[in-house]
Amino acid sequence: MSSDIYKDIILDYYRNPRNFGDLPNPDVRAKDSNPLCGDIIEMQLKIKDSRVEDVRFKGKGCAISQASASMLTEVIKGKTLDEIKALGKPDVLALLGIDPGPTRIKCALLGLKVVKLGVYGYLGQAIADDVKQLV
Amino acid sequence: MSKIREDFPILKRQVNGKPLVYFDNAATSQKPEEVIEAIDNYYRQYNANVHRGIHKLAEEATLAHEEAREKIAKFINARHTEEVIFVRNTTEAINLVAYTWGRANITKGDKIILTIMEHHSNIVPWQLLAQEKNAEIEFIKIDENGLLRQDEIRELIDERTKLVCVTQASNVLGTINQVKDISKIAHKFGALVMVDAAQSVPHMRVDARDIDSDFLAFSAHKMLGPTGIGVLHGKREHLENMPPFLGGGEMIREVHTTGASWNELPYKYEAGTPNIAGAIGFGAAIDYLNKIGMQNIRGHEREISYYAITKMSGVKGLTIYGPKNVDQRVGVISFNLGDIHAHDLASILDEEGVAIRSGYHCAQPLAEFLNIPATSRASFYIYNTKEEVDALINALEKARKLFGS
Repeated sequence: MSSDIYKDIILDYYRNPRNFGDLPNPDVRAKDSNPLCGDIIEMQLKIKDSRVEDVRFKGKGCAISQASASMLTEVIKGKTLDEIKALGKPDVLALLGIDPGPTRIKCALLGLKVVKLGVYGYLGQAIADDVKQLV
Repeated sequence: MSKIREDFPILKRQVNGKPLVYFDNAATSQKPEEVIEAIDNYYRQYNANVHRGIHKLAEEATLAHEEAREKIAKFINARHTEEVIFVRNTTEAINLVAYTWGRANITKGDKIILTIMEHHSNIVPWQLLAQEKNAEIEFIKIDENGLLRQDEIRELIDERTKLVCVTQASNVLGTINQVKDISKIAHKFGALVMVDAAQSVPHMRVDARDIDSDFLAFSAHKMLGPTGIGVLHGKREHLENMPPFLGGGEMIREVHTTGASWNELPYKYEAGTPNIAGAIGFGAAIDYLNKIGMQNIRGHEREISYYAITKMSGVKGLTIYGPKNVDQRVGVISFNLGDIHAHDLASILDEEGVAIRSGYHCAQPLAEFLNIPATSRASFYIYNTKEEVDALINALEKARKLFGS
């Protein structure tokens, strides 16, 4: 039984999401949804010295959206805000290990979009074009 | 059946190395050779603008364009051919009514009644209008079988009601609504009825005179025709009295620097050069449907739906929404499989060559009312077979194993 998109690792993160839940007193709380699919992701970050000290996510939706958000939490933990701003679509695809194709890419990128919305909001900066491109 | 399938070139296609199983007909149907050829032939043989030119090509194009209108009028048993207005699609047809009849007739405190199973296209235009006019909108809800609640139909439609908007067949639940009964009740209170027939006209015999709708809207592309053309059918007395929609060429009788007067029906509502190839393609689609016979189409889809519902009910963890009785529904089956998200399911099925739709199907109020997440939807048409349903079932079983549910 093999399915190209639904590799074991994606299903594993979907079934057993890492960093799922709430943080006490997060510095950043950001949420967005994919209106067409109904995928919802909320990200909570604890920030210290311009670095992500801790992170949690919550959400519902398809396996691609939830797994990629969970994988992303592991990547951004410990990263500086500038490093997070530099993350893009190729980084998410590398995490998934597969390109989910044009109809599902929005699901895969939702987590990163929410993280970036949160970071730009925290920094009080205008939302950069690269965030809009993740929509 | 194999003869019908041969008429649709796209059905020979493979998807991901598997034969295409096209179960997304409620979104748009595939097109037979006859339709593709009719459009091709127009562009190759007699392309010209309609209604104006005094030359051979213009004459042929005009004739074909107006012949299509006559075919459509006959197909829905319209009282008059000029009651058939060409528009882009069902959405535009409904918006036309909202912007013309609606703006002229809806005032403060009036009620517009919708049903909870309406497509967004039969909700949002009325919300915009209600906002502008301070009118009220109320929704008829459904029972546990996915049928409109008769008590609510009787309660909500009253003397304040100016318009009742109802889909004849739900694009999510498949439910066939008894629009004739609703018309009777609405007319008793002097209200008009707007029927969204996008999912009914392609799949069953719809008689506009019998159901007594004031306005009826449908799209060519869901009934073997091209995209970009649809129909608003309206009773002549309404169409004659309503203000025009778009202003421009074709829709006027005379234009002076001080103002203009309107052309006769149906041209009053058809400003600008129309979708001529689209209308001709639509006409060819009607010919094709007539050749098969709407009775046979309904019968075939009823049979496929019965087979699919029976088979799908045997898949562990699968929930079907809407009526289980195939006499009460069209061939649109929405479902969920365990806790697998509809988009994941659609992706896995796609790998097996099975094309279904997933999401809210542009009917978010219904999903909210039922408190269900996105759903998957398989929808059938004349070329679908039981073997294809078997392919769907196999793909569903595969998804179930993959997700371990």
